[in-house]
Amino acid sequence: MRRALALVLLLAVLVFPLIFVRPFPRHIMIMIFLYGSLATAWNILAGYCGQISLGHAVYFGIGAYTSTLLVRDAALTPWLGMLFGAALAVVVSQAIGYPVFRLRGHYFAIATIGFGEIVQTIVLNWDWIGGARGLFVPIKRPDSLLNFQFHESKAVYYYIALGLLALALGATRWIERSRRGYYFRAIKEDQDAAASLGVQVAREKQAAMAVSAALTALGGTFWAQYVLFIDPESVFPLSLSILICLVAVMGGVGSLWGPLLGAAVLVPLSEGTRVLLGGTGKALDLVIYGALIMLIAVFQPAGLIGLVRQLARRPTLTAGARAQRESAA
Amino acid sequence: MSVTEPHPASLLEVTGLTKSFGGVVANRDIAFAVRPGELVGVIGPNGAGKSTLFDLITGFTRPDAGQVRLDGHDVTGLRPDRICRLGLGRTFQKLRPFHDMTALENVMIGAFLHTADVAEARAVAIDALAKVGLADRAAAHARGLSTGQRKRLELARALATRPRLLLLDEVTGGVDPGAIPGLVALVRELHGRGLALIVIEHNMRVIMDIAQRVLALQLGEVIADGPPAEIMRDRRVIDAYLGEAWRA
Repeated sequence: MRRALALVLLLAVLVFPLIFVRPFPRHIMIMIFLYGSLATAWNILAGYCGQISLGHAVYFGIGAYTSTLLVRDAALTPWLGMLFGAALAVVVSQAIGYPVFRLRGHYFAIATIGFGEIVQTIVLNWDWIGGARGLFVPIKRPDSLLNFQFHESKAVYYYIALGLLALALGATRWIERSRRGYYFRAIKEDQDAAASLGVQVAREKQAAMAVSAALTALGGTFWAQYVLFIDPESVFPLSLSILICLVAVMGGVGSLWGPLLGAAVLVPLSEGTRVLLGGTGKALDLVIYGALIMLIAVFQPAGLIGLVRQLARRPTLTAGARAQRESAA
Repeated sequence: MSVTEPHPASLLEVTGLTKSFGGVVANRDIAFAVRPGELVGVIGPNGAGKSTLFDLITGFTRPDAGQVRLDGHDVTGLRPDRICRLGLGRTFQKLRPFHDMTALENVMIGAFLHTADVAEARAVAIDALAKVGLADRAAAHARGLSTGQRKRLELARALATRPRLLLLDEVTGGVDPGAIPGLVALVRELHGRGLALIVIEHNMRVIMDIAQRVLALQLGEVIADGPPAEIMRDRRVIDAYLGEAWRA
């Protein structure tokens, strides 16, 4: 029964652009996929491993800027630029992680905010990469997959974003079922007890950070090629880091589908308020987010996914229990 | 550490171990040795420095002075995960189960030290849970277990790392009197299979039952080191800890 429902949903997602040909519905779905994959990537580090990073926009921005600069200066296809962006994001994430993972809990989060601000300020003042003016992605016509630009329709962007989401979910699922996944959860629970059992805590945290950063950077490249203009304010801001966290927490951290569910609720909400209230939508949706977070925190800390499971009258499974049950099937 | 090297006389050798926290000297010049397969009891009043000693040996705290040698190799100040991999396991006085993970998953974390394969780790974990009598609670979340069950869980978890020396911190603390004999029998069985143990205990009957040697600590110093019967009659130990009412 569940399998059939999942298949129907998958089919619906795959044919969506064929049915809805107008740009706005496609844009909404693309944003859901993008935020879903960013939140899923964040979830690997924060939801499973328990390290709440509030500076993930750093990796998003690195992805966006790296591929764009390589298009501008080396005429390199964004597909390769994407890989370079991910690689650079990993390197930066390890450099940040080395000092910052010695901190625990709130102090870790604050330190990540600090690094986020540092990176944004550097980029803001670095003229060679555009500084405050930002960068325009050189327009290439006609539409081409190689150049990762489509001006006639959003359909191909839709499928690329879907692919990105699938990659993030796949990575999460793979980790969840591996030794690393178990180690992450143990570290989240009690990293000292984990160390007493031989877990190399620092190394595992850095691994979680690396995967999370790489996937986030891929999203950054996608964003650059989608909107064709990037600047520090749009790809490096603290508000983006917090939004990524919000989406994941709303949906349910530490679960596979939670972050996507969060995106599926928050993105339409955000776009909806903007449509209803014109330019002032940006502030109101933050008010609604705040209210939603309070409701979630008080009534359902497990997030929307916890709510869904309650409604389906099934006990909430831990990620490991589900992996166990699935591999036994 | 290859298999062909000769076994040193001591499995664990502690010399001159000293640690202060601010103005308080928690451990002063602690020295003792544990031979392979030996079961050593550690007794002393609260605040004597017993748990600190465990923390120093297992790398949770860095000593101010002194050395810890495992198999003749200096392991002083190494990180806890490194020391675990060298064959030294421990349990905690204040139990630290992974609450939101099942008993099985808890033990798997220990089992993963020797395998990256999830199925294999699961099999090892089931085995370890069976050994401590928790097989029927494998799918239960750790937060739902009783104190006695949590003690067993922590034991199984440490055992899954295949230690050669296991440090037990008050394994009978907070356990129903009726459940203690079972736990003691378990420890005795593990010892019988060749596992060396250092056991911090407040329950003297347990100490008399299983310890081959007893270390008595007071105010951070070793005040006695010898067979249980001798220690129980030691004047210093009686004054510091046991009290006159104790009859061995």
